[in-house]
Amino acid sequence: MGNFIGKAVKRREDARFLKGAGTYTDDIKLPKMTQSAFVRSPYAHAKILSIDITEAEKADGVVAIFTGKDPCGDYGVPCGWQVDFKNGETMREPKHPLLAKDKVKHLGEAVAIVIAETLEQARDAAELVEVDYEELPAVTNPLKAMEKDAPLVHDEWEDNAAFDWCIGNDRAEVEAALEKAHHVTVMEYRNQRLAPNAMEPRSYIADYDVNGDRYTLYTSTQNPHLIRLLLCAFALGIPEHKVRIVSRDVGGGFGSKIYHYTEEALLTWASKEIGRPVKWTSDRSEAFLTDAHGRDHVVKSKMGFDKDGKIVAHLTDEYCGMGAYLSTFAPAVPTYLHGTLFQGVYTTPLIHLNVTAPFTHTVPVDAYRGAGRPEATYLLERIISKGAQEMGMDPVEIRLKNFIPPFDGVEQEGYQTQVALQYDSGNYERALKKALDKLGYEDFRKEQKKAREEGRLLGVGISTYIEGCGIAPSAVVGALGARAGLYEVGQVRVQPTGKVSVFTGSHSHGQGHETVFAQFVADKLGIDMADVEIEHGDTDQVAFGMGTYGSRSLSVGGSAIIKSIDKILEKGAKIAAHKLEAAEDDLEYANGKWTVKGTEKSVSFGDVALTAYVPHNYPEGLEPGLDFSSFYDPGNFTYPFGTHIAVVEVDKDTGKVELQRFVAVDDVGNIMNPMIVDGQIHGGVAQGVGQALLEEVVYDEGGQMITGSYMDYAMPRADDLPMIETDNTVTPCPHNPLGVKGAGEAGAIGSTPAVVNAVVDALAHLGVTDIQMPLKPQTVWKAMQN
Amino acid sequence: MNVTITVNGKTYTHDIEPRISLVQYLRETLDLTGTHIGCDTSGCGACTVSVNGEAVKSCTMLAVQADGCEVTTIEGMAQNGEMHPIQAAFKEKHGLQCGFCTPGMVMVAADILKNHPNPSEEEIRHGLKGNFCRCTGYHNIVKSIQLAAETLNE
Repeated sequence: MGNFIGKAVKRREDARFLKGAGTYTDDIKLPKMTQSAFVRSPYAHAKILSIDITEAEKADGVVAIFTGKDPCGDYGVPCGWQVDFKNGETMREPKHPLLAKDKVKHLGEAVAIVIAETLEQARDAAELVEVDYEELPAVTNPLKAMEKDAPLVHDEWEDNAAFDWCIGNDRAEVEAALEKAHHVTVMEYRNQRLAPNAMEPRSYIADYDVNGDRYTLYTSTQNPHLIRLLLCAFALGIPEHKVRIVSRDVGGGFGSKIYHYTEEALLTWASKEIGRPVKWTSDRSEAFLTDAHGRDHVVKSKMGFDKDGKIVAHLTDEYCGMGAYLSTFAPAVPTYLHGTLFQGVYTTPLIHLNVTAPFTHTVPVDAYRGAGRPEATYLLERIISKGAQEMGMDPVEIRLKNFIPPFDGVEQEGYQTQVALQYDSGNYERALKKALDKLGYEDFRKEQKKAREEGRLLGVGISTYIEGCGIAPSAVVGALGARAGLYEVGQVRVQPTGKVSVFTGSHSHGQGHETVFAQFVADKLGIDMADVEIEHGDTDQVAFGMGTYGSRSLSVGGSAIIKSIDKILEKGAKIAAHKLEAAEDDLEYANGKWTVKGTEKSVSFGDVALTAYVPHNYPEGLEPGLDFSSFYDPGNFTYPFGTHIAVVEVDKDTGKVELQRFVAVDDVGNIMNPMIVDGQIHGGVAQGVGQALLEEVVYDEGGQMITGSYMDYAMPRADDLPMIETDNTVTPCPHNPLGVKGAGEAGAIGSTPAVVNAVVDALAHLGVTDIQMPLKPQTVWKAMQN
Repeated sequence: MNVTITVNGKTYTHDIEPRISLVQYLRETLDLTGTHIGCDTSGCGACTVSVNGEAVKSCTMLAVQADGCEVTTIEGMAQNGEMHPIQAAFKEKHGLQCGFCTPGMVMVAADILKNHPNPSEEEIRHGLKGNFCRCTGYHNIVKSIQLAAETLNE
């Protein structure tokens, strides 16, 4: 351990944010920049009969108006993942046009863009665009989308399925085991649709430079290089070396800013067309209508137990809504990021999951914090607790009976699941016990009993989750349908003075990379953190990268940087040996200098750096310079795990749930900065609690969204949450150099079922065994009455 | 319409469209982009500034309504390059992640502490109710304001 790894180093990025000096995309103004506004469909499904822009074109300040009939209407954005049907039929991949031409397929789909000198002029003129629609019937529920007479989202296919898919053991074998089970627990529910709601709305500025024939796109994205790849190679067909993507400060992502959105490509095209920069910033209403949503699974599941409470089989059928088009990662979310977690932390011998993924007349659904894994965890952690309740067992007892025994992935092999993956290392019982101790579980049960006698409804809910992140080994995801590799790139450039610039393809939008990455770089090089700068978010500066999602920045992005540091030290040793007139093998590197073992003869990192750039007295045949770039492709996913426990009180008169305590013991492998890990857990837990208690995107039958603003979409506010009581166990990841697993999504994955389990526990004596999320007061009150 | 508004101690006079909101005026006319726009229904609080000493959501106020007012934005909190104790406390307690809601949080924290120099956790959470943060779960924001209260009371 050095001076920085493992310490709660305060963040270097904070000063600019705290002073209001961050550079979010909407803060940028370019010379001659124009503003834009979209004309969007007020219907979920309609034919476009005509678009009249005559009046709009005459409005003050209008520079240009484009519709789907213009050349931009021929371009579309691609999907980045292919999941074919079980019968071999290719995934149905509709064109996702930049502007709808003949038909609109979800509420808010863009039909025209109005570009003007000012934002007000663009918005005024957009209101003058007259679109004549013929409204058509719509379907918004994934289950109903697969009914025989459901309105078709895309006419070119006979039904609404985009693909179907299954994983695990043979279905008949699983069904047979369920037949023979001592007890079968059934769950039917909808894992509701959520709006990610990063606080910074999406914002883009496209700037085409006529003289240089180059495009610059400033964009609020989580993965600038991926956007460049998709924009150039798939959306617009422009050469990649002519495009620069800049993504400076980004105000939260949570998945919603991974995807290549139509507006990014359209603005890029339009900027060339008008020869001026074009800006568009979403307002919150547009964000609800156009940012990719999360979840939306309709689930039917059966878990069979033997008489001792051991799980014997688990069978699940799901309908997972894709929305109207396939967003960048959408097909991966309910499949490879979901079904592969159905083992959970249990030794379940037989598992089968079948997924049908229909199109619906809604905005596309894609990864939202956790992406498929919260949905898997919700099911597993609810159904095992429900099973315990039905069998009269304690939720702790049933988990202890079913846990996979501890394994470190070094002495003991990784755990091979029934659903393709091999877990890296885990000790699930240890995290559970630590969480129970932290909560004071036995005492709580006594308190609960007493409270019940007084007519108060207290409940405790447990979730012992696992997730797969550190996404991902390219060969594995390639075999699973990914159309890109998922390695990461890290470049370490030692400057002649010994200062270090690090260029990472990972992207920070709140995670604190500028601090955490500098911590381990400084330690590994034995230098001061102040001498390390972390650069990200500009494709002209950073050689390549795949960006940030799936809790991958440290485990994949960090490992790429470590690889480059190893190369720096290896070359540095050659230079040091030459300077010290010693053999390389006789040198050791510590505290920023190479020392001849057993002597006081040494040369500093700074000296070696200078020599590398002023190679007057230099090893023969060695290249000058000290600058290395590495690609790191992980050997496996990483598997963080832990136990979350919620304590709630339900108001018996109103059904209102008060979250009183939340204990989170997370094992994210080695911890670089505990302050930042805790912060990630706090935020993730808040989002998971949001799903459990408050959040839901609701479309009505006709496809209108009735939760399209903060007046209607309830997100956790400060007084909805208690302090989150965090702690960790540490089971290092055996397959990456830092031993880290990732902490970005764990909070959101583990927390939701803990809260719902707690509410059901509070009402168990009233015969309640399940409640549909979100647990709004009226929903809970109704459950109590039944 | 002509408006004269004092922002962070400096007085400006501009001829503006009457429909321009205060936040647009701050961001577009004065280039004070530290105040952010996170929604369009006064629900998120990212645009919170101080107007004549009261926390105001600047997306809900027209710039013309601020005529003759003293406005303080996040850019006016640090003095001589030194962070305000509230800003320093947010850094110390990791009260921010992506930073987008942060200016509004700092401004509303100032308002909470003006009204409750020794706030309880409940008073802090109540005071933060109008401001969304999607990153921190509010945990460290509450801690930051508690620390700021201590510092300011020293």
